[in-house]
Formats: sequence, C-alpha cells, structure tokens
Amino acid sequence: MERHFDQELSGLKQDILKMGAFAEESIYKSIDALKNRDKSLARAVVDNDVNVDNLELYIDEKCIDLIARYQPMAKDLRFITTGMKINAELERIVDIAVDIAQRTIELSDKPLLKPLIDIPKLTTVAQNMVKMSIDAFVKGDSDLAKKVLMSDSEADNLRDAIQKELVEDYMVKDGSMAPRAVQLLLIARFLERICDHATNIAEDVIYLVQAKIVKHHPEQLDK
Amino acid sequence: MSKIITKNLNLWYGNFHALKDINSSFEPNKIIAIIGPSGCGKSTLLRVFNRMNDLIEGVRIEGEVLSDGKNILGPAADLVALRKKIGMVFQRPNPFPLSIYENIVFGQKIHESGVTRDGLNEIVEESLKSVLLWDELKDRLKESALRLSLEQRQRLCIARLIAVRPDVLLMDEPCSALDPQSTQRIEELMRELKNNYTIIIVTHNMQQAARVSDDTGFMLLGELIEFNKTEDIFTKPRDKRTEDYITGRYG
Repeated sequence: MERHFDQELSGLKQDILKMGAFAEESIYKSIDALKNRDKSLARAVVDNDVNVDNLELYIDEKCIDLIARYQPMAKDLRFITTGMKINAELERIVDIAVDIAQRTIELSDKPLLKPLIDIPKLTTVAQNMVKMSIDAFVKGDSDLAKKVLMSDSEADNLRDAIQKELVEDYMVKDGSMAPRAVQLLLIARFLERICDHATNIAEDVIYLVQAKIVKHHPEQLDK
Repeated sequence: MSKIITKNLNLWYGNFHALKDINSSFEPNKIIAIIGPSGCGKSTLLRVFNRMNDLIEGVRIEGEVLSDGKNILGPAADLVALRKKIGMVFQRPNPFPLSIYENIVFGQKIHESGVTRDGLNEIVEESLKSVLLWDELKDRLKESALRLSLEQRQRLCIARLIAVRPDVLLMDEPCSALDPQSTQRIEELMRELKNNYTIIIVTHNMQQAARVSDDTGFMLLGELIEFNKTEDIFTKPRDKRTEDYITGRYG
C-alpha cells in the first residue's frame, strides 16, 4: 500500500541528494581551482555556500515537520533521523570545500610550491568516499557503506605522507617556503576531514539499514 | 519473577483459532502494551488473564497461564480471588449507578466482609488519592458516579480496582473514549501506578503504546509475532510484519 508519507520521504531523499550533489561539486571545484590556480572558480565555491546553508535549513525544517505530523516509527524514523544527520555532515563537507577554496585564493598569486601529486590522490579518495556514502544512502546499501569505512585509513596514510613531505622537504629546509607549505598542509588536513565526514555518513547508513550502531563501536560491524 | 507467564497458550471460539501458541512473560512493575490490528487476538489474550472468556459459549483453551507460579486455567483456580488479584478496566468507563463512595467500596464488601466504617473510609480516601481524584471529589462522595466526566469515571473505575489491592491491572483501550488531554492524564496516572502494579494495556493507538509502555507485544492473526522492549519495537523491530504494521504499511 503506497502511503502519502512515502511521497514525503521520497521528496526528502531528493533534497538530501541535492545536498550531496552540492558537496561533490564543491570538492571537485575547489581542488580544480587549486590545480589550475583559478581564483574565480574558487570564489564561485565560496559564493555558493549560502545556497547550501539555505538548503540545509530547509531539509532540517522538513524533517522536524515530518516527525511532528506523521510521528514516524521504525525504519521511517531511522530514515528521518539519519537524514538530518547526513544533511549536517554534507553541509560541513561544503564548508570544508569553502575553506580549501579560500586557501586556494590566498595561494593563487604566489608561485606553486611544488607539483601537486599526493593532494590530487587524496582528493580522489575523498571524492570516492563521499560519492559512495551518498550512493549507499540512496540505495540503502550497507555493504557499500562498509567499503567507505574501509577507505578511511587510506586517507589517513596519504595525509601523513603529505605532511611528512611538506615539513621535511620544504619547511625545515627553507623557512621562506613555510607560508605556502602551511596552506597545502591545511588543504591536506581539510581533505582528510572530508573523508571523516563521509565515514560518519556511512555509519549513519548502516544504522538506517541494519538498525546497528557502529559509530564508536567498530566491533559491531562484523556482528 | 514474572507476574504472568503464558505457555503454549491456544484458544478457540468454536472452530476459530483465536490465540496460537502464545508464549510470553509479563514482568512486575512494568507497563506492557499489546498492539495489533482488529481481530488479532489482543483483547482475547487480555481476557484470558482474568478468565473473562469463560463466559463465552464454545470457547476452548489449551496451555498454561501462570500467575505467581500457579496455573489460573486449572480447575482449582478461584475465579473471585483471581479477578481481585487481576482486575480489568474497559474501553467505556462503567461505574455502577451508585454513589462515588459505594462504587469504591463495592468490591471491598464482596471480598472482605467485616471492614469497619472507618476502614472503608480509609480505603476510599487511599484509592481516590492513588488515582488523583481525592481533592476533586472528597466533598462529593455521596453523589452518583454517573454525574462524573468520562475521564473521572475512568479514574473511578481504576480506583475501584485498586480498592481491592490487586497485583495486575488489565486495561482494554482505556483511553479510546477520552479526549487527548484526558488521555494524557490517564497515561500519567498509569506511570504513577506502575510503581505498585503491573499494567497490561491493549491499545489501537501506537503512539500511546510507544509513549507509555516499557515492553510491547505485537499480535497478528492470533500469533504473538514479536515481544520486546518498547524502544526496540518502535525503532528497530526484528520482524518485517511488525515493521509493516507500525509504519502503517500493513494491509
């Protein structure tokens, strides 16, 4: 039996997907701007933040409205509560992309410190994790969500490698390179934070699908 | 120790198999809600607990219902004592057409003769206090109970049970005739009462079950499909049929 409530939930899902699209687009554009030293693209990322903030508030209000009017239970309740959390995670991802864009704007007038190799690699990991976590949410696929959780250590390793290289090969050797190295270090840190948010989304998806809390309880994953 | 335990409980109305192999355990000082669609057997189950089904022609029961370890379905069960120990509140409040005072002492007079006037007065005061009606009604005890509001009548019916000091209160849709505010007050009363009694409530109102109960059982077509902590039933039910019912997809 199709419920009117199902239409409401489907609308909510579309809105969260739109938020996911904003997140993926913001990461892509901010790193593209960094690679191509494209100030105007970086500015576009910063300027779009207000639209994302508005969508976040709209989704939050929609969730509260659905809880108040339908008093959802079981999977419906889990869908709305995880939807609210995923909404917040995606908005944070966009905020971080804005941080990357701002660093990019600051770097764009200065010569490039070094060819970017590991940062694009970390970007690919981050983009894949965000995409997979959103796909897992859309499809209700907890196996895909688990893959996201597995990718997080790769992101941590890449960030550590970037940090080591920037500190040891540039900052220690030549103090004048430190300001630019710090900006790149921050960008690596931001990308790794994006991966953490994707991990949070994946944990929420596992709760949504299997009613199992794996956040802070990784041992629950195998049960 | 469980207050009521059912073991392989089956009940037939003639050829109709109304309860199928019910195995359950009702813990003391808890509110336990039984939910399920119309005709699923939830009221039938409730009525087994104080043998109300005995009055229906063609009824046949198999299995055991243990109350404090004794089988209440056995031939040796004392029905008067059983109904004193396990009392029932119905959908429509049904006070006797007597005074408020007489309603409360009615059961007392049946179960314990020889209670003094002072003793009865004390029971009336205590019972009305426990359902939070004493302050409202202490100067109106001689008035007919039929002059009370629906909510007051339902409280009075609960007070009438409490007067005979039962262990278990069975409630069959106790709020379905009440407005939302009265419903909320009866629910608050149930929370107070569970400190001293075990309450088993049958309700169509899932939100009420979710709000008020500690444990919830879901019944379908005479079977107890799932029995679990209320928070688990309403956030992560184990059985697809429970999930479908509580999310309104059943049918």
